[in-house]
Amino acid sequence: MNVLSTIFYRYKKVLKVAKLYLLIAGPGIIVMVADNDAGGITTYTATGARYGFYLIWFLILLGPVAYYVQEMTVRLGAVTKRGHAEAIFHSFGAFWGWFSLLDLVLVDWLTMITEFVGMTAALSIFGVPPIVTVILSWILMGTMVVQGRYWTWEKAALVFCALNLIYIPAAFMINPPVQKILHGSFIPQLPPGGFTNALFFLIMANIGTTIAPWMVFFQQSAVVDKNMQEKDMLWGKIDTAVGSLLTVVVAAGCVVLTGTLLPGQNISDAATAAIRFMGINKYVGAFLAIGLFDAGFLGAICISLASSWAFGEVFGWAHSLNHKIKEAPWFYAYYFFDLLLAGTVVLIPRAPLVLITLFVQVIAVTLLPAALVFLILLLNDEQTMGQYKNTRFQNFANISIVAMIIVVSTLYGISAIFPNILGG
Amino acid sequence: MIVNFFRNATGTVKTINRKYAQPHMKMTTAVRFSLGLLRFYLLFLVAIMVYKFVVTLHQ
Repeated sequence: MNVLSTIFYRYKKVLKVAKLYLLIAGPGIIVMVADNDAGGITTYTATGARYGFYLIWFLILLGPVAYYVQEMTVRLGAVTKRGHAEAIFHSFGAFWGWFSLLDLVLVDWLTMITEFVGMTAALSIFGVPPIVTVILSWILMGTMVVQGRYWTWEKAALVFCALNLIYIPAAFMINPPVQKILHGSFIPQLPPGGFTNALFFLIMANIGTTIAPWMVFFQQSAVVDKNMQEKDMLWGKIDTAVGSLLTVVVAAGCVVLTGTLLPGQNISDAATAAIRFMGINKYVGAFLAIGLFDAGFLGAICISLASSWAFGEVFGWAHSLNHKIKEAPWFYAYYFFDLLLAGTVVLIPRAPLVLITLFVQVIAVTLLPAALVFLILLLNDEQTMGQYKNTRFQNFANISIVAMIIVVSTLYGISAIFPNILGG
Repeated sequence: MIVNFFRNATGTVKTINRKYAQPHMKMTTAVRFSLGLLRFYLLFLVAIMVYKFVVTLHQ
């Protein structure tokens, strides 16, 4: 009887902890899974097709990198109750504030166009015309926020996050070579041919897709909108850690898919990979297409919100998802304006979409280092953070990661401007 | 609403500039150095973008 009561007590305790986690979970998982946006999925499928399973270990290493950066936004948001845009204005003055805000608006809008490109390309595989995809996406995006409750938006976003995991069953459906995958996952190695310029470019692309400027702004604002307190910080960190695990698993799933079915092929985008899969296994092709649509959709809603929150914080508009549309008209107006503008660009015949994709990489390079440097400085300011400021170990880890991201993303941006700098 | 927004935009921007005229962070040597490095980095990026633009125009 005693054993049974102990088991029951422990079960209730675990259930209570799980319920508490589900209440707090949200921003970390959403931002990390949305990080695997349309551009991210394209990068992973290209990596798998080109280099098979040889770089999975590297993708696994990127999980902690993303965690360490995003964890700082949880602490900063919970302690200061300010979003990243407002924190920059407050701590560094109007010059750096305007620079960050305007750069964020531009890079977010350009990135959103690439998300819509991904969504339309994905559904066109099923014969859905781009205009229908765009209108359907707008309706879905509007429905998610129209309730005027952060909770509703977050839970709906989590459903789309769950759909993003579709790559995992897809990877199991093709009977992948498990031994080779485990070898590629846990034994660091370079692909045959060694360290080439093409390999360096893909490594840079993978790092570049791991941390994007909008992620820093999004998670900090989401933590504030969720009203996360200092006592909730541990749960916020766990949420971010779970999210970073999921992001790595999804990335590895994509690599396994193309590494198994399209080895040695050059893939320009994920939609091309899905079309080729259709000829091999139509279910796997359909899964990849659905996943690509979902990735673009998640990316678009998070990126648009990141900009709306930033504008609301700085301009002093009501800027919470807990407000109804009539209570925060400017916040929602900007959210919809951003989505409408990005979706419309994709529908313009002969729009320079390739140039836009290139521009995203270049403009992101101007904002990302600034956002990360501000993050580190704020996390070291005792006046701002008090007892939650960075420890010596956190500074060592965070500064090393940020320095690495800055160097690599700069090289990536420069190689986008001068494509021949890495020998093509 | 939109016309009003643009009519008041200059005033709003001025208010924001006044509100955040002074940085609230203590400007230690490390902070000054980091911000200086950031300015240099951004100027470098702008310079290579301008260079690329000029080269493309002359092609």
